[in-house]
Amino acid sequence: MAANSPAAAEQYNFDIVKKFLVMAIVWAVVGMLVGVYIASELAWPFLNFDSPYISFGRFRPVHTGAVIFGFGGSALFATSYYVVQRTCQTRLFAPGLATFTFWGWQAIIVLAALSYVTGYSQGREYAEMEWPIDILIEIVWIAYMAVYIGTLMMRKQPHIYVANWFYLSFILATALLHTFNNIAIPVSLFTLKSYSLFSGPQDAMTQWWYGHNAVGFFLTAAFLGMMYYFVPKHAGRPVYSYRLSIVHFWALSFMYMWVGTHHLHWTALPDWASTLGAAFSIMLLLPSWGGMINGIMTLSGAWDKLRTDPIMRFMILALSFYGMSTFEGPMMSLKDVNALSHYTDWTVGHVHSGALGWVAMISFGAMYHMIPKLWNTPMYSVKLINMHFWLATIGVLLYITAMWISGISQGLMWRAFDDFGNLQYSFVESVAAMHPFYAMRAIGGMFYLTGMVLMAYNCYMTIRQGVRAADTAGQTAPAAA
Amino acid sequence: MLKNFKHERLETNAGLLLVATMLSISVGGLVEIAPLFLIDDTMEKVDGVRPYTPLESRGRDIYIREGCYTCHSQMIRPFRDEALRYGHYSLAAESKYDHPFQWGSKRTGPDLARVGGKYSNEWQVQHLIQPKSVVPESVMPNYPWLMSPLDYADVGDRLRALRTTGVPYSLSQAEYDANVKQFGAEVAKTLHIPDAQKNLVAQAQEGNYDGDRAIVTEMDGLVAYLQVLGTMVDFSKYKPEDLVKYR
Repeated sequence: MAANSPAAAEQYNFDIVKKFLVMAIVWAVVGMLVGVYIASELAWPFLNFDSPYISFGRFRPVHTGAVIFGFGGSALFATSYYVVQRTCQTRLFAPGLATFTFWGWQAIIVLAALSYVTGYSQGREYAEMEWPIDILIEIVWIAYMAVYIGTLMMRKQPHIYVANWFYLSFILATALLHTFNNIAIPVSLFTLKSYSLFSGPQDAMTQWWYGHNAVGFFLTAAFLGMMYYFVPKHAGRPVYSYRLSIVHFWALSFMYMWVGTHHLHWTALPDWASTLGAAFSIMLLLPSWGGMINGIMTLSGAWDKLRTDPIMRFMILALSFYGMSTFEGPMMSLKDVNALSHYTDWTVGHVHSGALGWVAMISFGAMYHMIPKLWNTPMYSVKLINMHFWLATIGVLLYITAMWISGISQGLMWRAFDDFGNLQYSFVESVAAMHPFYAMRAIGGMFYLTGMVLMAYNCYMTIRQGVRAADTAGQTAPAAA
Repeated sequence: MLKNFKHERLETNAGLLLVATMLSISVGGLVEIAPLFLIDDTMEKVDGVRPYTPLESRGRDIYIREGCYTCHSQMIRPFRDEALRYGHYSLAAESKYDHPFQWGSKRTGPDLARVGGKYSNEWQVQHLIQPKSVVPESVMPNYPWLMSPLDYADVGDRLRALRTTGVPYSLSQAEYDANVKQFGAEVAKTLHIPDAQKNLVAQAQEGNYDGDRAIVTEMDGLVAYLQVLGTMVDFSKYKPEDLVKYR
């Protein structure tokens, strides 16, 4: 239990990790709640209540912002600060700057959400934040980069552990993507409104280069970093293949940057660009599965843990979903499949099998692993972790099944012809046919959200128990304070 | 040199690792994005595409504000079903003044790239206020607040910002004359920034999009924008092979 001793808490800066971890849980609950709400708006449109602030179009970026940048971002800050300290055996570089990244990042999420509901948006998916918020992101990100790289430089180990390569590539790529996708001309210095510098096809290309790499680096590479630390650590076994981790790291970081154009098949973007994107998407299957295999095989010889340890189960299910959605993605990037799937709910389902199945589940695993170590107390209830696992699993399965059915139905209905060569369905017939699946998707989301609320409760009780124990220990042994 | 390279060198040197990672992630974007700015092959040579008038431009701002792109695309693909449902496939040139582009990624509702002229102004207004009243199965939210007055005090600043991005709105006489040459006198007038407010009000009154000439509403702007979408290019003037070579 050396890791749990007060010495570990002194050796490392855990305060910043704790802050980010708590906010990751808060944003997960908020973001998923908004997600369930907008999903319900599509199933039962009266929920828009004629209010501009919660109408679907304005509320949707609140959902994506809160889950990707609020929950995902905070989970990445928390785990990267934890992992980089432990694997480099040193405290964080510039702790003041690290604290600034915390308050800065939280301010960004809140400001972004407020700006969307009041009607300010750049109109670019996942990059809706207007220019002053973008500048704040840039500043916080440079601070993050400084803390992270500074800590790597201060390491007491000769080697930089593989998890850190992934975190590093995520930090660098995000800086690059954010900067180039948000070049805009403000209307004036005193308004949030701006217009993007690029237009038409160039703007589309830049946006989806950003958009897919937000998935590739923010939501994949960084979470692979998380996987490379927490899976071996929790299984108590070394990474399956060191060589595989080298090969798939370089392949992944090189190839991801090419694939964004598969979002623009059959559009006015020149064909060569989207074909190139598709070719790299197919190749990307290999490094993606390299990561999945390396993660799952790390468990070989410790499979019994799946029976007894719900945290391990989260991690393995996350890797399974990672494998599944990185197979589905390349398939959807084929031009012929994309002709059917593009513009439909299938894409939405694909994103969520990655987001709910992979990103969120690996984060849950990592968070359940860290909390007892950070607050020096066992989890309040293992039973609740188990319940969370099953609710999340049922939720994600309902969600993606609903979206597969609705997505493929939409694609088929839109292109169906009758015997006379006329379109068989009007557009609105396809809308009406989706109702049961939109309801099913909302219910899937409710399952997932319920699991998340259980996690929040479980973590709250654990932290309270940890803080109380620390207080009592402090009273009996004041010297330790 | 490569023969003696050991991955260990990267693993033990944070600076080298950083540089190598940066190189590895930079190639893809450079290869795909840079050529689009350098070769004019990406744009079809067609007549008729012009910047939005002040009123249409304010309407487009509202389209973005309400997040219409989260459910509607503006990009028709070259398929038989889309040609029948929406019209001619979208050209790159048709969005060359779109900052930002609004091609979209999802069709919870239909594509809007050529919605201009398909429905009457009255239908558009009624549909935006209460979609279910004209399309009972619709899941689109009601937008009653669009009937509030349009704030057009800063329309000049907005067009000026767009001009900075490269849209040919005119400030000087020379720019105005250039626009007359490129777009004709009638269009050039609507692109002159000093007259933006006057032109906006004039178009709203003349078009009478929301059925009320007394005040310029957000509805006037949005409907003016919707009614111009996809109508700028006269496709009867072009043969398919003139356009397809750009793809």
